[in-house]
Amino acid sequence: MQKRLFQIESNDAVARDTFRIVLRGDAPVAVRSGQFVDIAIPDYYLRRPISVSDALPDGVVLYYKVVGEGTRAMSTMSPGTVLELLCSSSYDRGAFPPDPLRRSAPSPLFGLGSGFHPERCQHDALLIGGGLGAAPLYLLAKELLAAGKRATAVLGFNKADEICLADELKALGVPVHIATMDGSVGVKGFVTDAIAAAKPAFDRFYTCGPLPMMKAVCKTLDAPGEVSLEERMGCGAGFCYGCTVQTAGGPRRVCADGPVFDKEEVLW
Amino acid sequence: MVNKDLSVSLCGIRLANPVIPASGTFGFGLELADSFDLNLLGGISLKGTTREARFGNPTPRIAECTAGMINSVGLQNPGIDALVADKAPALRKIYRGAIIANISGFSVEEYAYNCAKADACPDIDILEVNVSCPNVHAGGMAFGTDPDSAAAVTKAVKAVTRKPVFIKLSPNVTDIVAIARACEDAGADGITLINTLLGMRIDIKRRQPVIANKMGGFSGPAVFPLALRMVYQVAHSCSIPVMGCGGVRRAEDVIEMMMAGATAVQVGAENLRNPLACPEIVAALPALMDSLGINSLQEIIGIVQ
Repeated sequence: MQKRLFQIESNDAVARDTFRIVLRGDAPVAVRSGQFVDIAIPDYYLRRPISVSDALPDGVVLYYKVVGEGTRAMSTMSPGTVLELLCSSSYDRGAFPPDPLRRSAPSPLFGLGSGFHPERCQHDALLIGGGLGAAPLYLLAKELLAAGKRATAVLGFNKADEICLADELKALGVPVHIATMDGSVGVKGFVTDAIAAAKPAFDRFYTCGPLPMMKAVCKTLDAPGEVSLEERMGCGAGFCYGCTVQTAGGPRRVCADGPVFDKEEVLW
Repeated sequence: MVNKDLSVSLCGIRLANPVIPASGTFGFGLELADSFDLNLLGGISLKGTTREARFGNPTPRIAECTAGMINSVGLQNPGIDALVADKAPALRKIYRGAIIANISGFSVEEYAYNCAKADACPDIDILEVNVSCPNVHAGGMAFGTDPDSAAAVTKAVKAVTRKPVFIKLSPNVTDIVAIARACEDAGADGITLINTLLGMRIDIKRRQPVIANKMGGFSGPAVFPLALRMVYQVAHSCSIPVMGCGGVRRAEDVIEMMMAGATAVQVGAENLRNPLACPEIVAALPALMDSLGINSLQEIIGIVQ
């Protein structure tokens, strides 16, 4: 684990109660999709774990929703403000092996937790996001496309004013299908309705969003899939056991063993 | 600056410094082995262990508070056999300081069983017997809120081990001194205090407790004055050493705890918001000692009468 200072480059509302924040640090960043950073907010006791939506060479892009006092305080922070992030000091999947020739350079920062596994997709991936769950799927889409694979996104929101990341995914060339509960945009209903309507071809799916949505997705889709879980965390780094969930493989810490799990591991 | 002596002697065991991550806030040590050199720590108190492996409580287990937090982990642990066969030996391979096994139980017999197992493990230096966990329904804190029960557990575990036994006490009592004295009279080698305070938060939007188990253990800087008061009372009423614990977040708090009577000082919740809290505190101690005219930490233990 390491604590590193990042400066806010921008912090803007992009949808209802939803903010996009760009943080720049002083070291190379090597975060994989599905990983998160843990942000210290002055005057609040615990850090806020927030998944990474995009990795910049020296920074991260995060989306967060104002759900309480801490995130409200975060939403009022101006560019230039410095935040302390908890990051990992080690990589665990070999996607970004450290370069031994760069010893003298600042050591790279890695994300916390396990990430998605784009390498396990054969050709076509289906990315299914609910609300802010769309955020980590953006970086995942970039990783998939960079590996020569195809991706389709299905995003679900309550209403049109909550929609985020749809245009960004389209800009990558990813077809995006939207479901809204009130039918204001796209298919009226759940992401499963939008999947049924769009009939995308895929050999693996990746999902992040509310638990009932991910449960419905996993029960509906036969293909192998990965699920990103959310839990209230204490340390965010695997040693307080505050975010443990029971899985098919026994107790697992969402922060350190997850947040991404194979769909078979999750006990719904 | 003259060389500062941070070492303390705890039941005849020399600690390089008095700073010890508290049980439950540092896993089994190995989880943080890639974050810093664990040998900077005077000791490590491992996660509370029961006879059988336990999943613990449902989530949410964590609630944020002003100047602290509530946890309701509920003694998730892999069981005493895994502690003595895997966890403690693995930590010993990379760690030279004092390894403190934190032992929990649901009956006097279970405490004794677990301590006998831990006694046979050469990698464990000190037993810390937790009679104060607020997060399990049976046992746990029930043994630490009554002098007779605390004494019964102490007697039973002392009968099965030659390692130093610290009894970790709950602050959720009216007379901490009576319970500490009962443990001392029953043969305890030391007292650790305090465990967490039973607390609660409610999500006013959902009209539900934040914690799935409704209540949990409150800790963090808010409890420091209460912990300090209890350390002071117990250290000045008993002749056995005290490990002070509760709300410690910086080097100044360590000095304060030691002046109140603590021989060693445990750092708990602060680890969760800052995994590097303990090594940062150790690093800050020499300059702080210099500014306060302290050459050896051992000399300030209980200096406040």
